[in-house]
Amino acid sequence: MSTLEIKDLHAQIETENGPKEILKGVSLTVNSGEIHAIMGPNGSGKSTLASTIAGHPAYEVTSGSITLDGEDVLEMEVDERARAGLFLAMQYPVEVPGVTMTNFLRTAKTAIDGEAPKLRTWTKDVREAMDKLKIDAEFANRNVNEGFSGGEKKRVEILQMELFRPKIAVLDETDSGLDIDALRVVSEGVNRAHETNGMGTLLITHYTRILNYIKPDRVHVFVDGQVAEQGGPELADELEAEGYDRFLSAVRA
Amino acid sequence: MTEQIPRTEDPGVISEILEKNPELNAIGAYEYGWHDSDEAGSQAQRGLNTDVVEDISGKKDEPEWMLKMRKKGLKYFERKPMPTWGADLSEIDFDNIKYFVRSTEGQARTWEDLPEDIRNTYEKLGIPEAERERLVAGVAAQYESEVVYHQIREDLEAQGVIFMDTDTALKEHPEFFEEYFGSVIPVGDNKFAALNTAVWSGGSFVYVPKGVHVEIPLQAYFRINTENMGQFERTLIIADEDSYVHYIEGCTAPIYDSDSLHSAVVEIVVKKNARVRYTTIQNWSTNVYNLVTKRAVVDAGGTMEWIDGNIGSKVTMKYPAVYLTGEHAKGETLSVAFAGENQHQDTGSKMVHMAPRTSSSIVSKSVARSGGRASYRGLVQINENAAGAANSVVCDALLVDTISKTDTYPYIDIREDDVTLGHEATVSKVSEEQLFYLMSRGMAEDEAMAMIVRGFIEPIARELPMEYAVELNRLIELQMEGSVG
Repeated sequence: MSTLEIKDLHAQIETENGPKEILKGVSLTVNSGEIHAIMGPNGSGKSTLASTIAGHPAYEVTSGSITLDGEDVLEMEVDERARAGLFLAMQYPVEVPGVTMTNFLRTAKTAIDGEAPKLRTWTKDVREAMDKLKIDAEFANRNVNEGFSGGEKKRVEILQMELFRPKIAVLDETDSGLDIDALRVVSEGVNRAHETNGMGTLLITHYTRILNYIKPDRVHVFVDGQVAEQGGPELADELEAEGYDRFLSAVRA
Repeated sequence: MTEQIPRTEDPGVISEILEKNPELNAIGAYEYGWHDSDEAGSQAQRGLNTDVVEDISGKKDEPEWMLKMRKKGLKYFERKPMPTWGADLSEIDFDNIKYFVRSTEGQARTWEDLPEDIRNTYEKLGIPEAERERLVAGVAAQYESEVVYHQIREDLEAQGVIFMDTDTALKEHPEFFEEYFGSVIPVGDNKFAALNTAVWSGGSFVYVPKGVHVEIPLQAYFRINTENMGQFERTLIIADEDSYVHYIEGCTAPIYDSDSLHSAVVEIVVKKNARVRYTTIQNWSTNVYNLVTKRAVVDAGGTMEWIDGNIGSKVTMKYPAVYLTGEHAKGETLSVAFAGENQHQDTGSKMVHMAPRTSSSIVSKSVARSGGRASYRGLVQINENAAGAANSVVCDALLVDTISKTDTYPYIDIREDDVTLGHEATVSKVSEEQLFYLMSRGMAEDEAMAMIVRGFIEPIARELPMEYAVELNRLIELQMEGSVG
């Protein structure tokens, strides 16, 4: 049983006009086995929250805390967070020329587990996981994200999530740019990790579409760097019907 | 990691790799530099004059013409000014160098004799006890100026392939030397080629008869094991018509307090429709001046390929050249340079088109870190009448930090209208997003950096035989350790 606890988190980014606060007091708790959806309009700071949890150097935490099972995450380097059991499925995964997926996956798995995976079972695990996500076997020999379509990149992020078995995963708009088949395949991957490893999930999205496939325990409406409202899955339906207007006007008022 | 030697977790794999590729023992151990007790070297004379040259020639019992050529080399060496157009060579003290060292027998050593840091390295790699003793013996079985040991498979001999050290070859096959020695790189070509001609010792001689394809790469290893000893090996490769050979040279040296000099000359003759590939990964310790002249002459339809990796040394100046003298001759250079702290890699290639429809390409990749400097220096010359010649140059530089330096000196000399030329150069920096991505997958910063760098040079690494690609990757990893704050 693991718990990711975010308390009154404030974070800023350096801009030409000086620092700009983007997260304005975020509090959230995700336990193993729970799926939390964070929904909000463009520019509300959802992706900043994801990047800040992972430790992206562009974002500076000015106050508040993030802990994983009581350990101070903010004190950890980016790689230490991954080894502690956090995973970020990125919105825009970068290309790493000259590095094959096979090489990358094994190196990352070794780094995260602190020991090399058993060669025989690992190869099989990778092949099966790729198969389930409908990733062509040929991708194993391709360079990391190089020339992948948007949908292929997202599948490969989920592939990593399944193979690395994090305690808590943050999915940053993994659903954006996916066609309906890819959306289903990716959602199945998240559900698998949830069921087999008891992974806790923070699912960041614009749209309710993905929630047809992944059933959240909690829904958080994210507006202007804060959680404006929380509720059960029914809150998502409400958003689907009414949009974000109600929350946006509340912020502006 | 695909071809990287695993760490302690998997000791079985490394011993297996080393088992299959015993030559790795020799090139894998020098990252911290060490040396055997130096009985042979301590007796060698420092400084250079006619007596030294006569002494070398006399000890080798050489023909008169070779002694004459050596003396001519000495004259040119003394007369020619130090080149000032490239890297800084002002600190080389020619009077403090031993020009000839004949090695004594290879000392058998024990595990306990190894310096502690080397033992630690082996331990870090997880090499089991039994393997260690073998490794130690393997490492000690290296020699100095004279390449004592050359292995050649019997079937090659049956094919008429000659592969031996240059000193022996001069005795046993003088006819090749009378015709070709100094024909590709004349005695007065440049100051360091002249020096090599004066004091050369060791190196390899290869002759591949007409139509013979040598299936396995021929390999030679050189090692500097005497402080301030110049290493002046001389290599001559002749590939007769329609033949093929891949020659691999590995260079490593232990680290000493004062600077040493490596100044080799490699001459290659590629006859009609023959193909020669020459692969080097040099990992000299970072006090070695590596000033090497390498050149091939290619006849009609022939192909010369240089694969040139420069990881070590204090200063390297090396521009493997191809003179395309026959129609449809091809030249190719793939080079990778890695400049770390206090290193200057001034490398590139020369392609000289002297016949119609000749083609050449140069791909150069360099990485600079910790204040190192990587320079690309290349010449593409297309002579009159070389109609239809084509050349492409691609040079990519990767800067790992903000204090390192890269520069490009592409020279082009075209005397013919009907030519096709392409030149591309890029300089890139390791991006924050790439680092973040890899680190968010659990890799420590230097590990992530090493992965990006390995990826950058992968187009060259994949041209190397497996064991060399493994070694190159591991060298890069060692170089990247502690490279990030």
